[in-house]
Amino acid sequence: MDKAQARITFIDTIARFTAYTSKHLPDDVRTKLKELGDQEDSEMAKIIYTAMFDDLTMADALSRPVCQDTGIIQYFVQVGTHFPLIDEIEDCLREAVKKATALAPLRPNAVEVFDEKNTGNNVGVRIPWIEWELMPNRDDVQIYCYLAGGGSSLPGAAKVLMPLEGYEGVVKFVFDQISSYGVNACPPLLVGIGIAGSVEVAAKLSKKALLRPLGSHNSNPRGAELEARIEKGLNELHIGPGGFSGKNSVMGVHIEQAARHPATIAVGLSTGCWAHRRSLIRIDASMRYEIISHRGATI
Amino acid sequence: MSKTVVQTPISDTDIENLSIGDIIYLNGYLVTARDEVHHRFLKQNRELPVDLVGGAIFHAGPIVRKSEGTPSRYEVVSIGPTTSMRMEAYEKEFIRRTGIKLIVGKGGMGSQTAEGCRIYKAIHTVFPGGCAVLAATCVEEVESVEWLDLGMPEAMWVLRVKEFGPLIVSIDTKGNNLFEKNRLAIEARKDVVVEEICRHVNYFG
Ligand code: SF4
Repeated sequence: MDKAQARITFIDTIARFTAYTSKHLPDDVRTKLKELGDQEDSEMAKIIYTAMFDDLTMADALSRPVCQDTGIIQYFVQVGTHFPLIDEIEDCLREAVKKATALAPLRPNAVEVFDEKNTGNNVGVRIPWIEWELMPNRDDVQIYCYLAGGGSSLPGAAKVLMPLEGYEGVVKFVFDQISSYGVNACPPLLVGIGIAGSVEVAAKLSKKALLRPLGSHNSNPRGAELEARIEKGLNELHIGPGGFSGKNSVMGVHIEQAARHPATIAVGLSTGCWAHRRSLIRIDASMRYEIISHRGATI
Repeated sequence: MSKTVVQTPISDTDIENLSIGDIIYLNGYLVTARDEVHHRFLKQNRELPVDLVGGAIFHAGPIVRKSEGTPSRYEVVSIGPTTSMRMEAYEKEFIRRTGIKLIVGKGGMGSQTAEGCRIYKAIHTVFPGGCAVLAATCVEEVESVEWLDLGMPEAMWVLRVKEFGPLIVSIDTKGNNLFEKNRLAIEARKDVVVEEICRHVNYFG
């Protein structure tokens, strides 16, 4: 395949992949929702879960976005240094977003700051947002697509604590945010926490934590234990589906960390809603794709 | 149990006996009105292009497309509720000035809206958040669109709906507030839970 043809195929694949992401939840999220829904016994909680699963079934049957808020589109790109289109990925992703917006259709959400105008095609200054990681000596690319809805982004916050506030400060910060904002973010939530030395690192890691598959654990045993404790604790708040009270509050709690400065503990928080539209695709050097997040999916 | 269906135009007696936690469905007209509509009407003092007396508004920014075959008409693809709390500062005044009787959104609203619901006899209800295709299938027709210059999510979409729901009453005409009650319960549980976790996180030296 020559480069021009490869480019066309790549853009088209990402556009269809992005549209697909808006219409189908990943396997792990579906499984978890089912599991949490089965635990509920109050009528209200059951009604909400029934509505969610009806919605997913209809979205699938009618090929429509699961939720009307298809978010600000974010790509987390892990690119092999020998991937043939490495120089063009950013440009291709912007093109793909325009195509996906018309194709799905996605709701136009990109509002230019200061001009306060909606661009109409989900492309704007630095949007789609792209995060990069290099994979040395490889010729493929792995791309996470994440649709960051408004409601689910609203509980997000980050703060630098003084070390004497300790990890207790981290726990309090998370609980204060989730107890005051979580209800409106369409629970059950996925909670991402970043711990680092400065605020932007913590914030970024909190979003990366949301990309991890449900059921995965922090690489450090203490981190994994803290994930479990916070998950259990948040569930004991009984926020319930849609905030209507229930057995649980969250689908999971994921923590990611970077070594901190001796004088600071920065904490970042990001949340995903029940409609956690996160997907992962792998594309090889000959532009063949595999969707890892949704088993057996073809686009 | 039979479905409670409320029909627009809604009278005070249609909703007076509803209490928080009740589930209803809506027939008739439902008009989207979120941040910009509230802003333009109440802050910029522009006249509303739709008569809302006895009406129902929906805090929502839908995905809408032109109908295939008849491009002069629209079709709702996906329409779920947005966070109602963003409208809290304006909603009481909105109820008073427009005469709306029913608000559909997600999450709760605050004490000002609850007061507005009590004084002017209106209710706030919640459609399950994110269930946007489910909601779209309850829309029979897009009757018209106003203020489309605000963009697709912010425009006023006038929808004819059939058994639109489930709508869970979160504020009733007595001013009872389901989410406020839930919020207090969550706050009350929080301190105990946090304290317990904090006993296990002393990782220093
Ligand atoms: S929080 Fe999620 S499910 Fe709820 S409206 Fe926003 S994007 Fe949709």
